Amino acid sequence: MIYADNAATTKLSVAALDAMMPYLMENFGNPSSLHTMGQKAAEALQEARETIAVCIGCSPKEVYFTSGGSESDNQAIISAAETGRKKGKKHIISTAFEHHAVLHTLKKLERQGFEIELLPVGSTGTVTAEQVEKAIRPDTCLVTIMYANNEIGSVLPVAEIGAVCRAAKVFFHTDAVQAAGHLHINVKEQNIDMLSLSAHKFHGPKGAGVLYAKTGIIPVSLIEGGAQERGRRAGTENVPAIAGMAAALKEAVANIDINAAKVSVLRDRLIAGLSEIPHCALNGDPVNRLPGNVNFCFEGIEGESLLLLLDAKGICASSGSACASGSLDPSHVLLAIGRPHEVAHGSLRLSLCETNTEEEINIILAEVPAIVKYLRNMSPVWKDLESGKRKFVL
Amino acid sequence: MALYTETVMDHFRNPRNAGEMKDADGIGEVGNAKCGDIMKIYLRIENNIIKDVKFETFGCGSAIASSSMATEMIKGKTIEEALAVTNRQVVEALGGLPAHKLHCSVLAEEAVKAAIKNYYDRNGISYNRSEFPDCENCGSCRMV
Repeated sequence: MIYADNAATTKLSVAALDAMMPYLMENFGNPSSLHTMGQKAAEALQEARETIAVCIGCSPKEVYFTSGGSESDNQAIISAAETGRKKGKKHIISTAFEHHAVLHTLKKLERQGFEIELLPVGSTGTVTAEQVEKAIRPDTCLVTIMYANNEIGSVLPVAEIGAVCRAAKVFFHTDAVQAAGHLHINVKEQNIDMLSLSAHKFHGPKGAGVLYAKTGIIPVSLIEGGAQERGRRAGTENVPAIAGMAAALKEAVANIDINAAKVSVLRDRLIAGLSEIPHCALNGDPVNRLPGNVNFCFEGIEGESLLLLLDAKGICASSGSACASGSLDPSHVLLAIGRPHEVAHGSLRLSLCETNTEEEINIILAEVPAIVKYLRNMSPVWKDLESGKRKFVL
Repeated sequence: MALYTETVMDHFRNPRNAGEMKDADGIGEVGNAKCGDIMKIYLRIENNIIKDVKFETFGCGSAIASSSMATEMIKGKTIEEALAVTNRQVVEALGGLPAHKLHCSVLAEEAVKAAIKNYYDRNGISYNRSEFPDCENCGSCRMV
């Protein structure tokens, strides 16, 4: 089996599993308990907090453990909005292609009277610091812009955006779920006030994440019922997952350049090979791109069919088609970069990691063109494109 | 994949009657590329019997499987029998479809009816318009 869906989730690393095991078995105590076993768990939390702080360049007390990226995004945005509301500032800037954890939270705030401004992301899928600077108003309380896009892999200039926000004294949050462990993060140098990350995107376990919030920003608790996380997130901490997350991030950060170099070579081979398929296009920024992200649209076919046939060949991938996601519309990300609906339905995302091999790339490069050709042969849309009845977009 | 039954997967992976038909007696095309599915059905009709049928589909796994199953269900049947095939019967024959994929079976039923309507139109055979999909004024697909 070839796993090429690492942007969806990754395999747990051995280092993460080793770090988790003691807290699943012999040291299963509750960190809030006063006995020795509980205190060992509390120590594990503290160590994990320190490890993660080093990895992202902050202080341990600025690290809040959550259940994952979605919760961190929710909490960051709601916290900044609450601060803004108290000062009468109700304007929030974001982008059209954020993760739904951000967009849906913003929608909720819009219903509560906030004004949400989603910046356009252009055809390559990015925003500039200048765009953000122009959009900032005296009543702007938050800029929330992702570090890297989960679907099309564009890497955004967060340090520059952060600098603009810092100068304007506006909170800057970044959803770094796809970036953490894959791209360098230093919240101080990059002027980031709040950041979300998720363990299972860098070979950690599912169900653990981090909200980094700069000293002075007090996260609003979304879950009431206990004094965990200094009163900012009630609920017994997921100690094994948190220990695993810290071990996974430490390992990923230690190997970040080696892995990026290796994975981007595989990525570029895949992009070059798939580009030879007629009437296709790469989605996302061709230069500023996540090391493992490959995303194409193939005209005249539908993505779910492509995924199912790839799955039958043992290749795991994703698509932004409506059918693949169970909704009526294709991916909002592909629509945001200007792909028409009918083209967006024919998208394929292959996301690689450092354990993928040259041999696997060869297999993918043999299978994808054959499947695209097969599906086009039975597609009335393709026939119309070929006969000129319908105009090619790509 | 647990999303689909084995029958759906079989018809998706080994579609019956896929392809184009030259000199068809009736052709029906329904759906919209913007929505992500288009079905086209070709019929060869002799003495009121559907002698041969082919389909071409742009769409997801269940769209292709629904087309394949629908063509199997009408092949060799009379026009009246083919018109009586409902999307429910297509779904049942497939062993079920996920709720959000049921519209694929509706498209299959409508594609068959559109092809027969086209045959009627070509041969000057009168019919009750209300019993056929009105693709020019379709409100079921909001992208149109």
